[in-house]
Amino acid sequence: MKLIKFLLIIFLYFFSFALFADEKNTALENKIFKNLRCIICQGQSIYDSQSDFAESMKLVVKQKLDLGMSEQDIYNFLKDQYGEWILYDPEFNTKTYFLWSIPILIFLLGGAIILRKLAVLKK
Amino acid sequence: MKNKYFLIIIGSFFFFCFIVFFKGLKNPSIYIPELQKEKSFPEFKARDFYSDKKISSVDIFNDNNFYLINIWSSWCIPCRSEHNYLIKLKKQNLIKLVGINYKDNFENAKKFLDELENPYSKIIKDKNGTISIELGAYGVPETFIIDKRKKIIKKITGPINEKIYNEILLIIK
Repeated sequence: MKLIKFLLIIFLYFFSFALFADEKNTALENKIFKNLRCIICQGQSIYDSQSDFAESMKLVVKQKLDLGMSEQDIYNFLKDQYGEWILYDPEFNTKTYFLWSIPILIFLLGGAIILRKLAVLKK
Repeated sequence: MKNKYFLIIIGSFFFFCFIVFFKGLKNPSIYIPELQKEKSFPEFKARDFYSDKKISSVDIFNDNNFYLINIWSSWCIPCRSEHNYLIKLKKQNLIKLVGINYKDNFENAKKFLDELENPYSKIIKDKNGTISIELGAYGVPETFIIDKRKKIIKKITGPINEKIYNEILLIIK
């Protein structure tokens, strides 16, 4: 009986590997997919989406990587085709400096308010 | 007095936020990539619709002509509505029409053309949608106008209608 149990455990152990999801993309591919917006889906990256558009986009990214393009080259290429919106990580330029500086401004403003309150309390 | 100023500032801040979000509510949430500047037409290789032979984009766009590239599919309903305009454009003989058959079944696509007439001088297959992405397309139907310098000068997302048809005529005449 013990032997059967032991063999059963061994058997199940080895077959459990088949349960792991089949990861067909490399880490770099996934990184790029996660940073590209699926423009026909709302709030999804092409990594999250299984729409036609996202699936084709994944193929294009893979083809470009095979051609020897770097991650940045691919971003530049797609930015050229679809505009800045395609990237989840907007670059720092004249159109986005407001967006990037808002958190810092709010942080500084909050800090200033706290400091003032503390100064008042100390008095 | 100080409190009053504080209230006014806070009040106007919330009012400002309200206006921004209220305006944002009315904006369409679907993003359509616009053509920001004239772009060179990318080179690509694709298979011919009828013969299934590999052809290069250089061989297709070799004439000194205006070209209209139309991404279409037999399963796409708006493609049917714009088809008449494509046929009208073809009859003008001022522009060459090239079709990109997007993620389609050959038999269905052939039936579509037999039924509605084939306006294209050349059709290429885009089985997995990659050629459309290379062109910067968003879905079907989508149309690009290429001038004699082989630059993309106009991009139309969605079906061609009377207004767009007239715009195209103005460009090519």
